Amino acid sequence: MPTEAIAWADVTPSPVYLDAATAAPLHPVARQALLAALDDGWADPDRLYSQARRARQLLDAAREATADTLGVRPDELSFTPSGTSAAHTAVLGGLRGRRRVGSVLVHSAIEHSAVLYAAEQHVAGGGRAVEVPVDRLGRLDLDAWSTAVAGAQVASAALIAASHEVGTVQPVEAAAAACAEAGVPLCVDAAQVVGRAPVPTGWSVLTASARKWGGPPGVGLLVVRKGTRWESPWPSDERESGRTPGTVNLPAVVAAAASLRAAAADAAAQAVRLSALVDRIRARVAAEVPDVEVVGDPEHRLPHLVTFSCLYVDGEALLHALDRRGFAVSSGSSCTSATLRPSHVLEAMGVLSHGNVRVSLHAGTTEADVERFLTELPQIVADLRAEAGVTGL
Amino acid sequence: MTTSDPAASGAPADEVLDCLGQRCPLPVIALARRLPELPVGAVVRVLADDPAAAVDIPAWCRMRQQEYLGPAPGPAYRVRRTR
Repeated sequence: MPTEAIAWADVTPSPVYLDAATAAPLHPVARQALLAALDDGWADPDRLYSQARRARQLLDAAREATADTLGVRPDELSFTPSGTSAAHTAVLGGLRGRRRVGSVLVHSAIEHSAVLYAAEQHVAGGGRAVEVPVDRLGRLDLDAWSTAVAGAQVASAALIAASHEVGTVQPVEAAAAACAEAGVPLCVDAAQVVGRAPVPTGWSVLTASARKWGGPPGVGLLVVRKGTRWESPWPSDERESGRTPGTVNLPAVVAAAASLRAAAADAAAQAVRLSALVDRIRARVAAEVPDVEVVGDPEHRLPHLVTFSCLYVDGEALLHALDRRGFAVSSGSSCTSATLRPSHVLEAMGVLSHGNVRVSLHAGTTEADVERFLTELPQIVADLRAEAGVTGL
Repeated sequence: MTTSDPAASGAPADEVLDCLGQRCPLPVIALARRLPELPVGAVVRVLADDPAAAVDIPAWCRMRQQEYLGPAPGPAYRVRRTR
């Protein structure tokens, strides 16, 4: 029994969470605001009694603070039940608002699956989708984009602000200019950018997700700029300007707003710190792990995210091996996905999809965490290759 | 190097690697094992139905400076040893 306990302790060092691009650990400000709002913000903000008025004050304050951080008007912003719901609503609402113009949706090949599923539904309902390719670094082909949005019957366009899988920042403003010239509203998925980096301009519709910046899960942001031809795809009610039905999860919304303000205030400093750590990961992984491909744009990239693929290594085995050593990361390899398909982003870039690891950092990530990861990774990969008998191939 | 161009002609491969039913990275590993045993210029057709093979076989060719000739019915992927 004691021997077993020692052995167990030996393989479970203190955990290092490196999957902030899926969900950042709850920001301390979010926790505080959430607890306070559970006591204070449980009532329905649309009713006419004192508890409801208090809830209404909290909701209005959350909306004003969030709109202020994003640089938009409060009445342009709606809170949705998730980032996914915001993306679905944004895309389908953009198409619905311009259905008399046409039924073509233009989108990049590297959109988040939420946008692609919305596109799939649009196509299943008789619409069309035009996918615009990216290059090996995951950068949008701007010429192809400009041609596509200027095509006949284009109702709407969707572009991710920065790739959630490889970190490459997209030329949103140039893409938006092409859309403006063609008179096509642009919907931008800014989930990896809001609370971390400056939000690009030029879009008509913007979405984000609170859990990416340290807010609670279950809160999305949907911004529809004044004057945009956009119509909610859902049965409408009086909530959230009619853009997304149902009562909001007010305590979570309050926590999301408070943590966004805190994250945004610290974003520039964190970007400098995390970007240097990502540079270190990019350089050390390439130098110290043989046969590895570090993917994504090395310069025009998110501050907190890096992806690499290890030749001949099974992605699922690598995730499990890292987990046993206390490292939480994600992967775009097919064996780690429910559909057993490789990541459409890696596929669109034409880069190795097996043995894939995405590391994403957050405000709580320390230099020591990154150092430990970099120290242990080469041996973990070497052991997996030795087990598979592929060393030296 | 061979004088004929099997890429252009679509000539039969010198060898077929049957990796049907294998998950990535196994088809890539099979290719990496076999290709160096064949003469420079030889063409291998890798039969692989894992969707990741369509991404990973061309990527391996690029990383190893071998020539990816493209997909073929099977589903299969044709690779020529160039070095």
